[in-house]
Amino acid sequence: MNHLPLIIKREYLTKVKNKSFVIMTFLSPFIFISLIAVVAYLSQMNNDKTRVISILDESGLVKNIFKNSANTSYNYLNGMSLDDAKVLVQESEGYGLLYISDVSEGQINSKNLTFYSEESPSLTLITNIESEIQSELTLQNRINEGIDVEKLKASKVNIEINQESFDGEKTSKVDSIVKLIFGGAAGYLLFMFIIIYGNMIMRSVIEEKTSRIIEVIISSVKPIQLMLGKIIGTSLAGITQFVIWLILGGVLMTLVSLILGIDMAQMQTPQQQMVEQAMENPEANIQIQNIVAAFFNLPLANLILAFILFFIGGYLLYSSLYAAIGAAVDNETDTQQFVIPIALILSFAVYIGIFTVIEDPHGTVSTVFSFIPLTSPVVMLMRIPFGVPIWQQVLSFLILIGSFMFTVWFAAKIYRVGILMYGKKPSYKELIKWIRY
Amino acid sequence: MNNLLEVNNVSKYFGTFKALNDVSISIPKGSIFGLLGPNGAGKTTLIRVINQITMPDSGSVSLDGEPLSQKHIMDIGYLPEERGLYKSMKVGEQAIYLAQLKGLSKAEAKKRLKYWFERLEIGDWWNKKIQELSKGMAQKIQFIVTVLHEPKLLIFDEPFSGFDPINANLIKDEILRLRENGATVIFSTHRMESVEELCDDIALIHKSNKILDGKLVDVKRQYKINTYEVGVRVNNQLELEKDLSEKFNVSVANFKTLENELKLNIKLQQGENPNDLLSYLTQKGEVSHFVELIPSVNDIFIQAVNNN
Repeated sequence: MNHLPLIIKREYLTKVKNKSFVIMTFLSPFIFISLIAVVAYLSQMNNDKTRVISILDESGLVKNIFKNSANTSYNYLNGMSLDDAKVLVQESEGYGLLYISDVSEGQINSKNLTFYSEESPSLTLITNIESEIQSELTLQNRINEGIDVEKLKASKVNIEINQESFDGEKTSKVDSIVKLIFGGAAGYLLFMFIIIYGNMIMRSVIEEKTSRIIEVIISSVKPIQLMLGKIIGTSLAGITQFVIWLILGGVLMTLVSLILGIDMAQMQTPQQQMVEQAMENPEANIQIQNIVAAFFNLPLANLILAFILFFIGGYLLYSSLYAAIGAAVDNETDTQQFVIPIALILSFAVYIGIFTVIEDPHGTVSTVFSFIPLTSPVVMLMRIPFGVPIWQQVLSFLILIGSFMFTVWFAAKIYRVGILMYGKKPSYKELIKWIRY
Repeated sequence: MNNLLEVNNVSKYFGTFKALNDVSISIPKGSIFGLLGPNGAGKTTLIRVINQITMPDSGSVSLDGEPLSQKHIMDIGYLPEERGLYKSMKVGEQAIYLAQLKGLSKAEAKKRLKYWFERLEIGDWWNKKIQELSKGMAQKIQFIVTVLHEPKLLIFDEPFSGFDPINANLIKDEILRLRENGATVIFSTHRMESVEELCDDIALIHKSNKILDGKLVDVKRQYKINTYEVGVRVNNQLELEKDLSEKFNVSVANFKTLENELKLNIKLQQGENPNDLLSYLTQKGEVSHFVELIPSVNDIFIQAVNNN
């Protein structure tokens, strides 16, 4: 008798009907979005405040190079001593005082420049001031040395190397970044999914043990059927939750930005400024076109298919391990010694992916780890956007499926013995022994 | 084929630990079979082998003449000692699910559950969650779920634990009724008085070995001690006692009588006849009490275990 559909149905329904699951499903997007909204709102408030920066320039070399902007205004002080200026700025509650001491040789260097302020000043502000002064002084120096500034500008060469594979496929730096983002997102999604729903499977196995229903159930169904039913049922519940999160999150995001008028996309000042700068730059448009082009350059069909296959394969591999852990222990506090190694391997896979795939997507390290079953789902998903030969993908997938079947067999052994063992926390040695029962 | 279940030379090892050693039992159709043994003797392992939860390392089990297979799951109803239900599931839903796992259709399960819920007067529990019920109430549900698919073989492991005397009696009557309707029952318990009351056959397992089995009456006959409990109204009790202890193996007995009788347990030797003893006693005084001592299951249990 095949009871698998029945078990899947029960697992799915009990998960989905569970109160805390329902609450989590519908509340999380609200919490998440309101957090973002609050942060966005606060940083906007932060931007609304205008910083007043006073400048006491005894050298007289940087006159009028600072332009007032929306949230920073510059105020030049004249003919007072440094001490007086400090008192003045402090009393007027200005943001800070930039002091440039008199220079007899006509050359400003770092030791002539000091920024006084109540608290440590914002990093972006200081960087801005530095670069303004730097370019102004460079310009002055060039003029002083009799260098034709216009000629110098005209002589500057901009270079971007075209990248092309031997097969004539064109790529670029932008391409690489887009690929990296895609691969990273896919790998990270799998990582999150395994951690969240793997734990859920484990808990549901433990629940059956603690409620002592397990012996009744397995007098009717085979343990392996029960285990697979649990894994599949819980995964379906997980997918349901994920989809609801995506939809609800999207809808809420739109609603909140409409109602509050907060532009979520431009939350933080530095990014905002960078985007604005980029927009003014005529090259930026080309950049955006490049990004769009890069997106369509991705091996999309391959990517989607591989994503589905490796996602399912990797998830099933890990969740059968989680099910085995659940069967081996009596309560959740005992799971740590078994769960931590799994979580470590999983994070290891993500880091391998992030660090080696950026550096060299087809290098030895990333290639090897995209074949080792426990890391291959994550690493291979990250590599695929960079174009992995089909034979490698197929081979890696076959290895994954092979080890999945081995793990299920192994987990089912532990599961079969473990679910009927009460009251003691097993060691690794005992788990190995159980396999021979 | 008179036996519903045949267990033939079953052995089971867990690592180096031998849980069952060459155990064979036969359970007659329509009987109530008591599976007895001290804690950790291997009873639960044997029951799990019968339920196909654990596979034996050697030996075989056959049900109704056929070797056990997947399809026999429907034919067995099992109430384990370690039992429970999904705490957060509703009673009705859960009972239907468990019945479906035993191969009943949803509609059929519902129909039969209605009948049982009315029978045990628990109809209003249908939509309650298990965690809202008391332990005894949950046990009732569990009992219903065990017997719902009308299996040929019912296995109860300590069925009365957790029940108050009234409900224990109710369950006992239900077990007897199921047997009348043709079911065979395996009954594992430490409560010897219920074995005495219910079982037709018993088997005793000790340290992974079967050390005793057969019809309860035969087992008792085998363990009879040839001892009679007697009460005699006589004037000179001391003299009679001295007299008897020269002839027989005598010890002091303790039972309730109306007068102050001489109360003794008298053990007869091989070849001695209770009639001779009785006529001897009637010559000496007025016999108020003459009963053969039948060993209780409890005595047999303790004696058999200690002898091994």
